Amino acid sequence: MIEIKKVSKTFTLHNQSATSINVMEGANLSVKPGQCVALTGSSGSGKSTLMRMIYGNYLTQEGEILINGVDVVQAEPREIIELRKSTLGYVSQFLRVVPRVSTLNVVAEPLLKIGVDAKVAEDRAKELLTRLRIPQNLWQLSPLTFSGGEQQRVNIARGFAHEYPAMLLDEPTASLDAKNRETVLSLIEDAKTRGAAIIGIFHDEAARDRVCDQQIDVSIFTPKAAA
Amino acid sequence: MTPLLQVNNIEKNYGARLGCKDVSFDLYPGEVMGIVGESGSGKSTLLNCLAGHLEPDTGEVLFNTRIEGMRDTLKMSEPERRMLARTDWAFVHQNARDGLRMGISAGGNMGERLMAVGDRHYGQIRTQATEWLEKVEISEERIDDRPSAFSGGMQQRLQIARNLITGPRLVFMDEPTGGLDVSVQARLLDLIRSLVRELGLSAIIVTHDLAVVRLLADRLMVMKSGHVVESGLTDQVLDDPQDAYTQLLVSSVLQV
Repeated sequence: MIEIKKVSKTFTLHNQSATSINVMEGANLSVKPGQCVALTGSSGSGKSTLMRMIYGNYLTQEGEILINGVDVVQAEPREIIELRKSTLGYVSQFLRVVPRVSTLNVVAEPLLKIGVDAKVAEDRAKELLTRLRIPQNLWQLSPLTFSGGEQQRVNIARGFAHEYPAMLLDEPTASLDAKNRETVLSLIEDAKTRGAAIIGIFHDEAARDRVCDQQIDVSIFTPKAAA
Repeated sequence: MTPLLQVNNIEKNYGARLGCKDVSFDLYPGEVMGIVGESGSGKSTLLNCLAGHLEPDTGEVLFNTRIEGMRDTLKMSEPERRMLARTDWAFVHQNARDGLRMGISAGGNMGERLMAVGDRHYGQIRTQATEWLEKVEISEERIDDRPSAFSGGMQQRLQIARNLITGPRLVFMDEPTGGLDVSVQARLLDLIRSLVRELGLSAIIVTHDLAVVRLLADRLMVMKSGHVVESGLTDQVLDDPQDAYTQLLVSSVLQV
């Protein structure tokens, strides 16, 4: 489902006398449907960078990133947009939404985008919000006013609303209490059962051991000169 | 899939001064493209060239018309272009006063566009106008008031309603949220976004506000001194800018 071959990444900082930082070289990774792979390594080793490259958020200088046959490195913007709509989900650490939009709509939006009936999308959103213990009296409010943990859970609900065949999870269990952590882990397990290919970053080792089938230390992809 | 709009090598000079140069891109149905850059970078010049308000020196603006397929709008006759401008195209001005008739009622402003495409039944026109007022969250009872009695934010929403009432396929927007206070801006962003999704519109939005493009645009084009310096997926351009100018632009945004 997700194939990463010989991927390299360089940041060029033009405004700091064109400093070039080579952050990744020859990264390889493969995730099959129903499999979950954890990216590990110390802070700054490039876990989030690799994840953002897979999502097309960062440009990749060399190599191939194939998701369901589409090469993100070469794809046109509209192909990536299409990929993100239907195939590739991403749960980031931060919630970014239009102000004033209700929580229910925020969660239902990924479904509405692919043309799911409004009623069905809303029911699915309600189901997820209930499962993630967001009190019902908050559903009509914008999540921007919520606490950090609540925002994180809204973000997860949104990420899991559509059943993407491939998912990227950036610390989905961070800042969650034990009960909600358990819910999120079960959501991940459900996604694996239905055949989703997942790449995740987990600082929570117990969670990582429970849901991940394989661990990859990304620091092996860090070029020696920069390390 | 055929692009809705295909722009090839647009160049516009004001005498010896450069307006914009070498601009080419394709816009597909349902796509929203943002154009950002500092003032004087040529973004409004470009938008006006695309929308037929200015005549570029060279280049082609091909639009996929409903009946005849791809047509170069720059080579169309004036009546054809005007017809296009009030049916499949819409233009939202930065200043609502430029896009509205201030001397006639809100309902009249919307009705005018409907009548221009052949609607004659007064009752139906009024019903449609009422529906659109509701969509842009203006109270129905204001339908007979003149836009001059509206607040700036309401005028802007009325302008959007007037433009979208005839079901255009391509909307040009020049700083649609410029000069509005932030709470009104947020409502307007939400409105534009949901309209784009519900109606499957394509849009080209010129702005200097990076937060606005992040929320509204799928794709982004960055302009400097009349040239396109970078283009790509909006979040990619903003999060991993490649060009020196874009890096400067992105790093200059104040954090709230």
